[in-house]
Amino acid sequence: MREIDSSQISAALSELIVKTSTSLGDDILTALHKAYEAEVSPAGRDILLSLLENACIAGEKKIPLCQDTGTAIVFAEAGQDVHINGNLVDAINLGVRQGYEQAYLRKSIVSQPFSERVNTQDNTPAVIHTEIVPGDRLKLSFMAKGSGAENMSRLFMLKPGVGHEGVIEAVLETVENAGGSPCPPIIIGLGVGATAEKAMFMAKKALLRPLGVSSPEAEVAALEAEVLKRVNGLGIGPLGLGGRVTALGVMAEAAPTHIASLPVAVNLQCHSARHGEVVL
Amino acid sequence: MSGIKLNSPFNPAELEKLQAGDRVLISGVIYAARDAAHKRLVEALNQGKPLPFDLKGQTVYYMGPSPAKPGEVIGSAGPTTSSRMDRYTPELLDAGLLAIIGKGNRSAEVSRAIVGKKAVYFISIGGAGALLSQRIKESRMVAYPELGAEAILALKVEDFPAIVAIDSQGNNAFTLGQSIYRTAKEA
Repeated sequence: MREIDSSQISAALSELIVKTSTSLGDDILTALHKAYEAEVSPAGRDILLSLLENACIAGEKKIPLCQDTGTAIVFAEAGQDVHINGNLVDAINLGVRQGYEQAYLRKSIVSQPFSERVNTQDNTPAVIHTEIVPGDRLKLSFMAKGSGAENMSRLFMLKPGVGHEGVIEAVLETVENAGGSPCPPIIIGLGVGATAEKAMFMAKKALLRPLGVSSPEAEVAALEAEVLKRVNGLGIGPLGLGGRVTALGVMAEAAPTHIASLPVAVNLQCHSARHGEVVL
Repeated sequence: MSGIKLNSPFNPAELEKLQAGDRVLISGVIYAARDAAHKRLVEALNQGKPLPFDLKGQTVYYMGPSPAKPGEVIGSAGPTTSSRMDRYTPELLDAGLLAIIGKGNRSAEVSRAIVGKKAVYFISIGGAGALLSQRIKESRMVAYPELGAEAILALKVEDFPAIVAIDSQGNNAFTLGQSIYRTAKEA
């Protein structure tokens, strides 16, 4: 049994938050450069150039890429041979508190959603997903999820008969309805199958995958490619002002489901897809 | 981004010349206000109380900044989703507001109110908060400091980039732009 102290978890997470708030991953920067080359709309090209410039300024001056520094979402994959000394949830929340303070990030969490909405002042609590996996390591993946994109999430409980085409139409409807609000070019997380809550979990977790890396399952990879092509045919373009590049990528996960079900969860991510991981 | 140079508060005649899709660079003073501040402004209007600033001819920017680092005027400062403010916008336009900066499309009701008041809805660059922060030269607290990131700020801006999304005639840059690049929905 390997031991990990909760203080290591907090320190690693706060460091990850500080790093991801001001620097986009190389995969996203590459995708934005490619989008600039592919875009034919003059306004769209201008916007994509501004986004690349924004990434440079954020990196140089250590200013958050976006003022919406998000809900802190943490996926913790704990090896079954790991023992955590201390409380995992407290350790994650301490890391979030420290990271958001150190990097001058906006604190956007309110304690009560439907009445008083009082700001907790430190961006906690984080939304935490834990999974037990084989091994003796702890992997922490962090995602800062702005609400411009998150608010456009949709869950469809489709009739199984609609099949492949029904899944694609659900995504197209979501993206069309979202228009310019989620800051296109977007990244699309898609969860197909299982149950309502698992589908949404898969859609969000898929967004952790590096852009440009297709699903290892051929059929799912083919779905991703087709959805991307069809979404980019909608003409929504950067910020919704029209163009060929509405999405930078589609990442899907599929899972077995009930004979009567076809859940489809769509979770949109903005172009400023801030995430990263650390393994302890 | 290049564009037509404009000054806020606006001259209504100048705003009327703008066309959906025009790129502009705004200088002058704009007021940052988002969800919670809008709720309070409209409550004040409904109760006949004075507003914390005169809206006449002014520009509201839907933005809640990240905290300023020491030595900086403001933190990251990009636009937030405008549709959340749709329920409040017609009343604020009635009270004299002339221009709005946000991101994303507006409701048909807001679009009609914009035409009725010969106002303009601009969008700025969503997710470019670091870049946009560099165009903000001064920031002053105007009202509701207890709302934190949602307080109303007066911002002095220079060449702040924006695009006319809905012009004073009701032309919509989203609809116009998307119709050009839309290919068949089917594969």
